[in-house]
Amino acid sequence: MESLSKKKKVLIPEPLSLAERLYLPTIVKGLATTISHFFKKSATIRYPEVEREFSTNWRGMHSLKRDEEGKERCTACGLCALSCPAEAITMLAAERKPEEKHLYREEKYASVYEINMLRCIFCGLCEEACPKEAIYLDGPIVPSDYLRKDFIYGKDKLVEAPLTVK
Amino acid sequence: MDLTFVIEKFALVTILFAISLVIAMYSTYAERKVAAFLQDRLGPDRAGIFGLLQPLADGVKMFMKEEIVPTNANKWLFMIGPGLAMLCACIGTAVIPWGQDIVIGGRTIALQVTDINVGVLYLFGVVSLGVYGVMIGGWASNNKYSLLSAIRAASQNISYEIAMGLSIIALLLVTNTMSLKEIVAQQHGWHWNVFYQPLGFIIFLICAFAETNRAPFDLPECETELIGGYHTEYSSMKLGFYLFAEYINMFVSSAVMATLYFGGYNYPGMDWVAIHIGGNLAPIIGTLVLFVKIFAFIFFFMWVRWTIPRFRYDQLMGLGWRGLIPFAIANIIITGLVIAIKNF
Repeated sequence: MESLSKKKKVLIPEPLSLAERLYLPTIVKGLATTISHFFKKSATIRYPEVEREFSTNWRGMHSLKRDEEGKERCTACGLCALSCPAEAITMLAAERKPEEKHLYREEKYASVYEINMLRCIFCGLCEEACPKEAIYLDGPIVPSDYLRKDFIYGKDKLVEAPLTVK
Repeated sequence: MDLTFVIEKFALVTILFAISLVIAMYSTYAERKVAAFLQDRLGPDRAGIFGLLQPLADGVKMFMKEEIVPTNANKWLFMIGPGLAMLCACIGTAVIPWGQDIVIGGRTIALQVTDINVGVLYLFGVVSLGVYGVMIGGWASNNKYSLLSAIRAASQNISYEIAMGLSIIALLLVTNTMSLKEIVAQQHGWHWNVFYQPLGFIIFLICAFAETNRAPFDLPECETELIGGYHTEYSSMKLGFYLFAEYINMFVSSAVMATLYFGGYNYPGMDWVAIHIGGNLAPIIGTLVLFVKIFAFIFFFMWVRWTIPRFRYDQLMGLGWRGLIPFAIANIIITGLVIAIKNF
């Protein structure tokens, strides 16, 4: 049928030349291509020893932040747990005692704070929900482990190291 | 037949067996490394320095795996299959001359297990038997994919054996002998057969790829169509035997090509070395040279595997029957004519 758009182009492949039908010259060409890669630098990054450079907005393991005086910022409001689409976060709130004033910023704090790293999808919604700027996904890659229970990270792994005394 | 003769041959057989196995072991490692380098990767590098212990780790893994025999499989043939594949792969090394005679304690020792006067035919027979391992294993598995693969292997080997045999006939017209030892000795000093039989060599090379079931002719085990081919149902060290047999076959056919076409243990400057160094060192250098040639061929096998995609089944048959066989026959006629004119 006549093409209405006048854009139709019928392509008739040319018959193979003798060199192409003999197949060997093209194989030699292919061999040259592959051997040239033999001497090229490999693109592999040896992961545990060498880490690739992450982009600035890369989301890794969570860390619970401290304020300028080294007090924990988290007030156990539970907004992060509520915002979490994967139900990975859970926590228990407790009331701060007077002698713990140097540890926690406000009267209420999280006595237990757990993130299940197998559930977490690293979407960063907890980070966005937090009104106290207490949680950030600025850590490294979550390491692998053998048991499921070892992937539930408590405060011991999540809270930032205390400020060093000058 | 005295006792020292028996000991000498026994030692030689043991050494050859050990060398074949070690080379097969490290071929698996080399294959992965070559594949990696050709694809801009690193390859295995965790077990030992540069991953050199990887074959050992693989071996341990193979032995530790559960051994499964399918319920409806023919148990005896299922077990014989890999053993036969391994056996046929290993006995090919017996007729290859690995070096010139060496003298130990006034006793001349030939670096060849046996110099039978139909060496080429023996090699052919062994190579043809090799397909029985694949066929028996594929049939005994009682699995349609394995059976299809076995049929493919059989038809492929038969088709390519013809072309291979025809290319050898042209070579025999030139050499006038079937003894591998004499064929090697004739090639002394750059009279390598590859210069007299270039077309025959190319045909032989292509057929060697098909006979060892290597890419691009690895149809018997193409995983996109036949899952694992004849070793679909195999596990543990039985699978290991099949994989091993393939690498030993590759080693043997490399050795055969080096012997028949590339002068075997001959190398340029050989006479000078024999005069100035002499003793047992000169033959040993020759043996090392032969191994360098073999490794070059093994590398070529791997290089081709990561270059050319697998043939379609009808393309494979077309190439074998309509491409290689006519070329091989033409090669025989031309060689025969040239020799006839020379002797006229």
